[in-house]
Amino acid sequence: MLELFVYGIVFGSIISLGAIGLTLVFGIIRFANFAHGDLMSIGAYIALFMVTGLLAWIGVPDTTFGSLSFGWRMLIAFPVSMTVVGGMAIAADRILYRKLRQKGSGAVMLAMSSLGVAFIIRMLILIFWGADSLFYKPGLLRPAVELPLGVKIRPDQILILILVLGLVIGLHLFMQKSKMGKAMRATADNMELALVSGIDTERVIILTWGIGGALAAAGGILYGIDVQVHAYMGWNFLIPLFAATILGTIGNMWGALVGGLVIGVVQQVSTAFLMPTYKPAVAFMAMILILLIRPKGIFGGKQE
Amino acid sequence: MIILEATDITAGYTTEVNILNNVSIKLKSGKIVSVIGPNGAGKSTLLKTIFGILKPSTGNVTLSDEDITGLKPDKVAKRGISYVPQVDNVFPSMTIQENLEMGAFIRSDDFSQRIDEIYALFPVLGERRKQKAGQLSGGQRQMVAMGRALMLDPKVLLLDEPSAGLAPNLVDMIFEKIIDINKAGVSMIIVEQNAREALKMADHGYVLAMGKNVLDDTGDALLASEEVGRLYLGG
Repeated sequence: MLELFVYGIVFGSIISLGAIGLTLVFGIIRFANFAHGDLMSIGAYIALFMVTGLLAWIGVPDTTFGSLSFGWRMLIAFPVSMTVVGGMAIAADRILYRKLRQKGSGAVMLAMSSLGVAFIIRMLILIFWGADSLFYKPGLLRPAVELPLGVKIRPDQILILILVLGLVIGLHLFMQKSKMGKAMRATADNMELALVSGIDTERVIILTWGIGGALAAAGGILYGIDVQVHAYMGWNFLIPLFAATILGTIGNMWGALVGGLVIGVVQQVSTAFLMPTYKPAVAFMAMILILLIRPKGIFGGKQE
Repeated sequence: MIILEATDITAGYTTEVNILNNVSIKLKSGKIVSVIGPNGAGKSTLLKTIFGILKPSTGNVTLSDEDITGLKPDKVAKRGISYVPQVDNVFPSMTIQENLEMGAFIRSDDFSQRIDEIYALFPVLGERRKQKAGQLSGGQRQMVAMGRALMLDPKVLLLDEPSAGLAPNLVDMIFEKIIDINKAGVSMIIVEQNAREALKMADHGYVLAMGKNVLDDTGDALLASEEVGRLYLGG
């Protein structure tokens, strides 16, 4: 039971990375991005391509760090994938979503077009990599260390938690202290006034997509390290992502983090009682229950 | 010397319907111009057009004899005009201090002294600088909004109904602050429903109705005018 709780925290922290990107984008352009899960997938696959393809080809050694399941190749692939997916998210906005916004398309049109983007990404993955589950390091034994109370955790998972925490703290500092981070919050608060204050809101939107895409890629890769990489992972992530975002109050970064952890824990712990196939339903049940108590989400009503 | 002039402005939110038809307005350096008129006269639209939020289909806007027609708001702000919208004029989830910082977004120099000056003008803001703007009262929000607009040290300040929704004692206080700001050398165009008060502080007043210039004269002359009194000041 406690072990499931710990696994839930690990899984939830991965969801959080996706949910934070989703909530930031929503906060600024009021846009429910259904392609966000597939941005996580493509991030995982780009890292896979580098780890097993490109970096192997140019001769980066395949050694692993200590008891972790990955080494130099992943260390290089991780930031590269984050950058590429950040760029892809920006490109999707420039090529498609911005045009729709300028033509006055409503929220439903934008959401549907992002669903189209999601399908395109998924089909590209299927074309290039097929539908099999893949691993960054196939056939590797994954030893676990034993924590007090009999909880077994893999070194990879500890690293995932540290990395997620680091990324979230980094983002928090950026949003609170830097000029562009403050401009992002200002634009989310009141885009018209941000424009009036001379803030280049298009630049803010680009930055937001970049951060959202990069975090999604990080989440996807970490899931790949923790579990496996498969073409439908992003699609499966979509429901927990939205549940976490709504649960944590849409537009609230810390809310998305807490929401992700809640959903992760609830999903994992539920497997002690229910078939794992019911996980998405459990995520939504948790969301509905919390919304019944706090209609605007856990952090709702705090801002005004 | 005329610092800001809008000439023959025709503008609207869609291309089919014009809110403003050939409206002209002049602001002399260091003075206050008040624009009054009934709801829907196009007063707010005029400010938005001057500031570049709306693009006029005809007419032009000049600042110190330089044409600024059709420039985007951030460019207009760089030239020395600041604008305070009527509603939603603060960043609610950000602190007072951060609101002021956002007002200085396009400044690349050190503006900490300017922030101190704003706190000297509105001491209550200085006491609460870490408080979120969304938690403030209406009067304090209006001060934050004006403070944000003043961060760029503008030559011209455009105020859209600064007294809207405020209790009468707060209205007096805000108007006093406006006079203080003006005395510090900022020229202003004020759009107001509270026409009598607005004309009292104005050097010059314009009456708009149905998107057209109806009357313009000194503030005192408009206050004394029987027609203005009957139609726009409520008898």
